[in-house]
Amino acid sequence: MATKTTHERSHEIPPKASIRLGPTQDEEVFGDAFSGQVVGRFIKYVAQYKVLLWVAITAVLVFTISSIAIPLIVRNVYDDALKLGSPDRSKLATMVIIFLVAVGFNFAANYLQELIVGRVAERILIDMRRAMYSHIQRLSLSFMDKTEIGKLMARLQGDVAALQEFLQTAVFAIGDLVLLVGIIGAMVWMDWRLGLMTLAVVPALFVIRIIWLPYARRSFLRARVTSSIVSGALAENINGIRAVQGMSREYVNYDLFDIRASDNLKAATRASKFGVMMLPIVDTLTGAAMAIIVIMGGFFVLGGSIEIGVMVAFVLFVQRFFDPIRSLTMHYNVLQRAMASGERIFEVIDVPVDIVDKPNALDLDEIDGSIKFEDVTFGYFPNQPILKNINFEVKPGETVALVGPTGSGKTSTTALVHRFYDIWEGSVKVGGHDIRDVTQDSLGKHVSMVLQEPFLFSETIFENIRYAKDEATREDVVAAAQAVGAHEFIMKLPDGYETELEQRGGNLSLGQRQLISFARAIVADAKILVLDEATASIDSYTEMLIQQALQRLMEGRTGMVIAHRLATIRGADRIIVLQDGEIIEQGNHDELMALGGLYSRLYSMNYASFDDIPDELIAQATKATEGTST
Amino acid sequence: MNEGGRNSLTEFSAIHESVLTLAENRYAIHAHGRHECAMLTRCRNEHGGIVTATSQAAPIGTAAGTSSRPVEGSSSVGVFMRITRMALKYRWRLFFGLTAIFLASGFQLAIPILIGSAVDAARSLDSNNVEIANGVVTSAVGEATDIFGEGSDPAKTALIIIAVLLFIASVGRGLSAMIQNYMGESIGQNIGYELRMLYYEKLQRLSFSYHAGVHTGDLITRGIIDVEGVRMFVQTALLRTVFLVVLIGTGMYLMLGEDLILGLISLSFVPFVAWRATAARLKLRSNWYQLQERLSALTKVMDENLGGIRVVRTFASQDHEMKKFDKASNETLALANVQVGIRASNISLMGVAFMLAMAAVLWVGGLKVIDSEMTPGELTQFLAFMSILLQPVRQIGMMINGYARGSATGGRLFSVLDLDPEIQDKPGAKDLEITEGTLEFHNVSFGYEGEHTLEGISFKAKPGHTVGLVGPPGSGKSTIAHLVPRFYDPIEGYITIDGQDLRDITLDSLRKIVGVVEQDTFLFTASVEHNVAYGDPWAPDDRIELASKYAQLGDYIERLPGGYDTMVGERGVSLSGGQRQRLSIARSIMLKPQLIVFDDSTAAIDAATEQRIRAALTDLTKDRATIIISHRLSSLMHADEILFIEQGKIVERGTHEELLTLGGHYNDLYELQIRPTEIESSSDVGGGGLS
Repeated sequence: MATKTTHERSHEIPPKASIRLGPTQDEEVFGDAFSGQVVGRFIKYVAQYKVLLWVAITAVLVFTISSIAIPLIVRNVYDDALKLGSPDRSKLATMVIIFLVAVGFNFAANYLQELIVGRVAERILIDMRRAMYSHIQRLSLSFMDKTEIGKLMARLQGDVAALQEFLQTAVFAIGDLVLLVGIIGAMVWMDWRLGLMTLAVVPALFVIRIIWLPYARRSFLRARVTSSIVSGALAENINGIRAVQGMSREYVNYDLFDIRASDNLKAATRASKFGVMMLPIVDTLTGAAMAIIVIMGGFFVLGGSIEIGVMVAFVLFVQRFFDPIRSLTMHYNVLQRAMASGERIFEVIDVPVDIVDKPNALDLDEIDGSIKFEDVTFGYFPNQPILKNINFEVKPGETVALVGPTGSGKTSTTALVHRFYDIWEGSVKVGGHDIRDVTQDSLGKHVSMVLQEPFLFSETIFENIRYAKDEATREDVVAAAQAVGAHEFIMKLPDGYETELEQRGGNLSLGQRQLISFARAIVADAKILVLDEATASIDSYTEMLIQQALQRLMEGRTGMVIAHRLATIRGADRIIVLQDGEIIEQGNHDELMALGGLYSRLYSMNYASFDDIPDELIAQATKATEGTST
Repeated sequence: MNEGGRNSLTEFSAIHESVLTLAENRYAIHAHGRHECAMLTRCRNEHGGIVTATSQAAPIGTAAGTSSRPVEGSSSVGVFMRITRMALKYRWRLFFGLTAIFLASGFQLAIPILIGSAVDAARSLDSNNVEIANGVVTSAVGEATDIFGEGSDPAKTALIIIAVLLFIASVGRGLSAMIQNYMGESIGQNIGYELRMLYYEKLQRLSFSYHAGVHTGDLITRGIIDVEGVRMFVQTALLRTVFLVVLIGTGMYLMLGEDLILGLISLSFVPFVAWRATAARLKLRSNWYQLQERLSALTKVMDENLGGIRVVRTFASQDHEMKKFDKASNETLALANVQVGIRASNISLMGVAFMLAMAAVLWVGGLKVIDSEMTPGELTQFLAFMSILLQPVRQIGMMINGYARGSATGGRLFSVLDLDPEIQDKPGAKDLEITEGTLEFHNVSFGYEGEHTLEGISFKAKPGHTVGLVGPPGSGKSTIAHLVPRFYDPIEGYITIDGQDLRDITLDSLRKIVGVVEQDTFLFTASVEHNVAYGDPWAPDDRIELASKYAQLGDYIERLPGGYDTMVGERGVSLSGGQRQRLSIARSIMLKPQLIVFDDSTAAIDAATEQRIRAALTDLTKDRATIIISHRLSSLMHADEILFIEQGKIVERGTHEELLTLGGHYNDLYELQIRPTEIESSSDVGGGGLS
């Protein structure tokens, strides 16, 4: 145990350590409990299940009514069948049969309400999530660029679940209200004096609950937040175990963890206090109500104004009316959460789809693989163009390397070929067609991209390679893997092509993931290939494999490469040098070297990759180039 | 019919449960994202993929590389005994809790009796035939008559007494239930706290080979979910079992004693409801696990779709993605529907069983009242008894579930807590004494189960010297790096620092003087400053800043919005791979370790920056031993000795020039790395493109 040693190590000054703040996104919202707009739109999703929901609401009502009926029948048993002096067997039999009928209704209604409400709520959950998800699929990348994935995921999961909870709650809240009103009605109907006296405790409970709730909720929230802080600290420690052990942080961390865990213990204990506090309160009020019934009811029975059965029914009812009050006050919270969630969900669904196919867009069948940029101006924010008047042409089968310092517009240029964004001015033509005149689907079939960071899905390697083409056969996949030199290492894996990849391909090395993403592009077999070369340094063996694979990949395709490695750049048919969104030089390696511009300056710095060149040197070279050109 | 009123606790636990689910998902995602370093991945692959991400009950205790004592509590009974023993420490709380249980049962059961008496009292008054069956009330009436005097109406007095007693019983029931629940929760939470601390401490101590063999996500969920399971077991099962036994036992005794047949009829719902509640709970439990698995599959589909949105768009595979989504989401729907179905049939069946028993009681009891074998008050008493028992009987399901969960989670937790860290201080281990700071490997071999990943490694790193390690991926270079701070122990040979065997000195003193700069840096969610000062939280600011400057990170940090106070890590500014590696270097050099190991820690840093870092460090390294592992020859070509490692063996050794002259593997690699530059500018001599 470290505890003892820990204290020896405690210093006066608090250690510089990460005492994490609570996750703010877990904070509960204290907002409106009703928003007409949200409910109105939500109803549209519910509408398709309206028949089922009416059945459910009916079931809720039947259930409630039969629940109220049962004490009333018991009353009749006492007052009609068991009447002192004139007991009546046949009346008893009738009453028991009526009781059984009520039980039957109660059972069926109970089953139906639970089943239908539960299932419809699950169904709506899926519908809403699907609506949001499929909408996201159609949004342009400008939206995705600006949005954190974590936030979208939270909406797809947490917010949708909150709305589902809302639906369930809403239906059962109706039941609770009816039950409460029904019980009050039944009591007042049996004997209004006794009824009103007994019900005197109800407002008391309401008031106490309403005072108690915010405090209790805060303490529950605190318990929850401290608990997730503890979990976070644990997770962090496990993930960073090498740093912890390597730097002998065990003692400090133990102390820090103790602070958080004790904090959580305190908060949880406090929450328990608030939780258990309600028990004696509810029981005291129930006791008071029962005492009233016994005294007043007893006196009334004595006076002959009510019969004994009424008293029994009252006792049975009293035990029931605290339930709906409890859940109704809880529902309020659910409503608040649902409204906030609803707003967030509809916010996503309302994001306009800005890149849509024209009504009569062409379905490109065969193209020649040429790319043409004509006077293209484009930017992500108004008045801040990233590309200015770009003009160039790539002939079918040609490979063009895009070169330039960071921020010069290389990535934007490649993204435009695939119409990830719409340009401001000019036109981008693929195979002679303006890409805005063709369907995005068919454009996707002709233009493939290989990204700098290979992104793989957690499926089998086989599925990953044929990602672009569901119909690709095993032979196609193997051939593609062989072409890029990935076959060998795939076969060495325990399950070969059937090896399941971990998230993001975590069980493969970066080089291996790159080769798989090349194979994937080969299977897609598009005429035009846009490639963003990886910058991270890989060991030389893999590097060599990748260079070879790259050549195989480019064979017979039009290529547009954001090149970082000199080897790749020199291998290109033509080099386009971009700077600040403009093409400043164009030509093959020898021509550009002869030109003596930015390219030749950067090249003669002798770095294996343009990315290795420090910013200052690039700035110098740029300045020098500007100096010579003016 | 009394179905609640005492559920405020469940409100809380329901909230809590859903949060846990959330946490589970969140950390599962979080944990998958981390890459283990090449060597560890390899160990894991080679040694049979010990734990997979989705395996539910991974046998954590038996992962590779741990010596596990026979676990007490491998059986459920053992686990329960052990948890109970932990609970026994809270003697007073336990005492109050148990006392409250008996009081609560007493008050609870007094209520039906009092209600029955009240009915009879009111009714018999009605007929002017004062005959009160119940002893409690009879004596109470007797006393009351004394107090109120002869003149008062004895029946009215009886009613008042009963009402007062009923009120007292209710308040007493509420208070004792409060104490009982609070004590249970308090003990549970304290045990949870204790277990958490023990678990945390154990994980910090367990050696690398253990951590490499277990999925981090699994470890995290254990620490969250399993601790929670044991806590809930204490809270919902341990004390509650006593309560249910006392309450149901006494209730049955009273009812059967009152009237055997009617008692049996009114208790007829008990076994059925208990069985249904238990069966449904257990079914829901196993179903819940499946549902969680499917949900996390769905999460993965959505998460990857959004994360890989460019790939999706690139291949225009939105339709394909929608199909994947629909498949995953329909699978969750199917299970969720099963869940709803179980719940619906269960709730309604339990309800109907209870009400049918009530109908039978009304019929048989009614006949008895008609035949004057029983008073209406007694009949009411039976009905009230039934209402009182319904809720606890339903809780049997929860209790059994608590046992099932407690046994599973407790067993898993204890199996981790009982592990002995493979690497720990020898008894009587001494602190390392540095005389000059020479590290020496003496014929070191390492590996698992007969298969050696390192074989016969011997070398010496003297102060001021640099040893470079190079070789193909998976050749064992990183293993060498990990042997220095004793993350692993060699299986043959030994390692010394200034002549002291690493196994004879304390881990703490060893790791204080060895600084390993890892390839994959973990950033803690904290400020840059705290991250750099991770190894010495009390370091003065100027040392932190100097270390950052040496690591060529100072300028970048100063440009951050909050400077050194900027939050990084999961919820802060995200750093690029190169920046993370530079931070890692700063973190290590801030400690001024006597021995520095760079484990491929500059792969993502460009060559020029690396050169500047190295230049800045010359002052620091001039009287210290340095080991550099790298793919990039320019990083280590100036080393005093370069070891070329292949398949765990040193195949070539010497200086850069010697190895080039040798014309072996090293020379090949050199050719490979500089070729592109050399083709055209043949005069270039700088390896790796560096001039």
